[in-house]
Amino acid sequence: MTYETVSSFAQSWGLVYLVILFAGALVYALWPGAQKKFDDAAHIPFKEDR
Amino acid sequence: MIRHATIERNSILMLVLVLIVVAIGGLVEIVPLFYLKSTIEKVQGMRPYTPLELAGRNIYIREGCYVCHSQMVRSLRDEVERYGHFSLAAESMYDHPFQWGSKRTGPDLARVGGKYSDEWHRAHMEDPRSIVPESVMPGYPFLAQTALKTRGIGDHLSANKAIGVPYSDEMIESALADATAQANPDADGVDALVERYPGAKVRDFDGNPAMVSELDAVIAYLQVLGTMVDFDAFKVEENLR
Amino acid sequence: MSWLVALPVGLIGFVGLLAASRAVDTGIYAHGFVFFIAAVLAGFFAIRKNEEITREWQASKTSQEPVYNDAIIKVGVIASTFWGVVGFVVGLVIALQLAYPALNFDLPWTNFGRLRPLHTSAVIFAFGGTVLLTTSFHVVQRTCRARLAGLWAPWFVFWGYQLFIVLAATGYIFGITQSKEYAEPEWYVDLWLTIVWVVYLLVFLGTLMRRKEPHIYVANWFYLAFIVTIAMLHIVNNLAMPVSIFGAKSYQLFSGVQDALTQWWYGHNAVGFFLTAGFLGIMYYYVPKQAERPVYSYRLSIVHFWALIFLYIWAGPHHLHYTALPDWAQTLGMTFSIMLWMPSWGGMINGLMTLSGAWDKLRTDPILRMMVLSVAFYGMSTFEGPLMSIKAVNSLSHYTDWTIGHVHSGALGWVGFVSFGALYFLAPVVWKRQRLYSLRLVSLHFWISTLGIVLYVAAMWVSGILQGLMWRAYDSLGFLEYSFAETVEAMHPFYLIRALGGGLFVLGSLIMAYNIWRTARGDIRQEAPYGVPSVAGA
Repeated sequence: MTYETVSSFAQSWGLVYLVILFAGALVYALWPGAQKKFDDAAHIPFKEDR
Repeated sequence: MIRHATIERNSILMLVLVLIVVAIGGLVEIVPLFYLKSTIEKVQGMRPYTPLELAGRNIYIREGCYVCHSQMVRSLRDEVERYGHFSLAAESMYDHPFQWGSKRTGPDLARVGGKYSDEWHRAHMEDPRSIVPESVMPGYPFLAQTALKTRGIGDHLSANKAIGVPYSDEMIESALADATAQANPDADGVDALVERYPGAKVRDFDGNPAMVSELDAVIAYLQVLGTMVDFDAFKVEENLR
Repeated sequence: MSWLVALPVGLIGFVGLLAASRAVDTGIYAHGFVFFIAAVLAGFFAIRKNEEITREWQASKTSQEPVYNDAIIKVGVIASTFWGVVGFVVGLVIALQLAYPALNFDLPWTNFGRLRPLHTSAVIFAFGGTVLLTTSFHVVQRTCRARLAGLWAPWFVFWGYQLFIVLAATGYIFGITQSKEYAEPEWYVDLWLTIVWVVYLLVFLGTLMRRKEPHIYVANWFYLAFIVTIAMLHIVNNLAMPVSIFGAKSYQLFSGVQDALTQWWYGHNAVGFFLTAGFLGIMYYYVPKQAERPVYSYRLSIVHFWALIFLYIWAGPHHLHYTALPDWAQTLGMTFSIMLWMPSWGGMINGLMTLSGAWDKLRTDPILRMMVLSVAFYGMSTFEGPLMSIKAVNSLSHYTDWTIGHVHSGALGWVGFVSFGALYFLAPVVWKRQRLYSLRLVSLHFWISTLGIVLYVAAMWVSGILQGLMWRAYDSLGFLEYSFAETVEAMHPFYLIRALGGGLFVLGSLIMAYNIWRTARGDIRQEAPYGVPSVAGA
């Protein structure tokens, strides 16, 4: 294994992998239909009053 | 594709995903350091620490010297002029653990070896402000009064050998004799010690022939720092990383 | 009490005695007895509390409504407050040692080199860690509407962690350290922490699994990431070869450059996952609770979470700029550190904007004020951090007090204040009081500590940049202008100001301890209330 092979792998497939993973998280978080679910989730701390 | 809803409803799945995400960064950054040959330069002169130097290093660690002193000259003009040649990865290849430090409340010590006399170190350890009035370093008068614990010192070499430091069986067997010989220039084993550890300084470091003290060990360690690599034989251009 | 308690406790005591009897150094001898004493105390605790704990456990099984384990939260609030005061006081001591070196007393047990790890571990692991344990146990129960999993397991986690703290702290004073910053405890203490941590993970997961909510609230994600990642970091960074299994000393498995990167991969992510992710868990629960409104954007919190854990783990090499670490690793670390700015500020905005439409509460609620300032400090530190990771800036800032200032704006401002806010929130809850003893004292704590932080951080900025510039200053002939000793002398006034700032922060924590103690006793101070609406309106 040389520095060149490692760096070319990291700069191509590594980058692609990370971008896809992060895009996945973004798509999920911003999915239009999910607003109600998130509203519910955000209110969890108030369901149990102390 | 797994839906995120599944993730946030399944704690084990989330745990696994988190672990994968956080493991990648470490793997990509750390693992190549062990395999890429360019990580550590090719140099001449590096040898394992003598038993006395190793014991001194352990006292250096015990007292937390690394908290205020770095052992890493960065490749910046002022540092090279102040401390000497910038530090090479090869110079700490036998340091388990490394002592690069993160703060310079006191100066860098990577090349302190040979910079001051043993007398200077003795007085400085006894009372730093007697030598450097502006210093904020604690005094370590107890080092000169405490006998070095040499019991089981061979086991320390064995432990280092087990994790890759090239100590020979001969070095391990004669560890105790070597530790005392290095602080006593008149001892019988001095020649054998220097043969095993080329360039080792043999002196009564603490100026007290009656006892091998912790101060002997610490000064022996400080005096070897940064002196091992032969920089005449080192070519920077061949080791750019 | 069953064999499930007796067996481990007996085993711990036995191992302790065995280690003490075969010890090859005084460190293991003393710590063997510490283990034995801990086992004896645990035995007494189990016998005394057996009936109470079992009764509550039974009740929780039959009850429709969850019966929370609040006893452990109560002990946690006390321990957190105690460790906070201890950690801050030791910090003040070592700050004074740098200003007046005679205070080292030239003794082994009191020198700066041994007390500094005591300070960092006391604030990060004793104070911060106990706050994280306590709040995570509180938050996970409330947001899952389920009792903490396990009958004795949570107690083992809590007291086992306290034992870890005692072993680490006494070890430093007696010179037992492996010299890796923020990971100083030796191999056997590391092993003990690993056991405690695995049980912690199981308790946390177990509670998540028995939740009555379909969704896992976002604060728990941060806590989970904190627990899992710290486990991974702790194990990898502490791989070591003991010289003897009955001796304290070990040698790190890795050496030199590999060890350096492993250490700062650990060190930076201890900041990222212990001091950030864990405390963001606190922010995402206690800020909405105190403000009585849901988090500003739940979507943003999800992006915040994944982006943060995604980027943080890469940032470690920025601690090693211009060193013998290969250039590619330095560049990688710098790049990710700068990218980290974005999710950090996303989180800050999410925390601050939770108050949108309710900013007036800042005038009437000093606890909320404390939390909001902590989030502001989070924003400031996470801006400063990426800035300092740029190689050109780092060449000046590294090795100087600027780093110390940066750490403390994060530690005192962000971690400290958000913890104080959570403790103030918890005290009336766990002692079932109507409210805190005194809100005016909270406000006093707020102002004194804020002043302390400002003095501290400003002093360290100036001293750090000054020293960095002095180190690289050249005279007209092209020689270095200052000797190292001259740069040390120039630090003195700033070390005094820093100690003053630290002293104020200690004072603030004592006020908090008093306030919480009076709250626990059930006292309520007669004082002018906040929140009387003014004529002008908000």
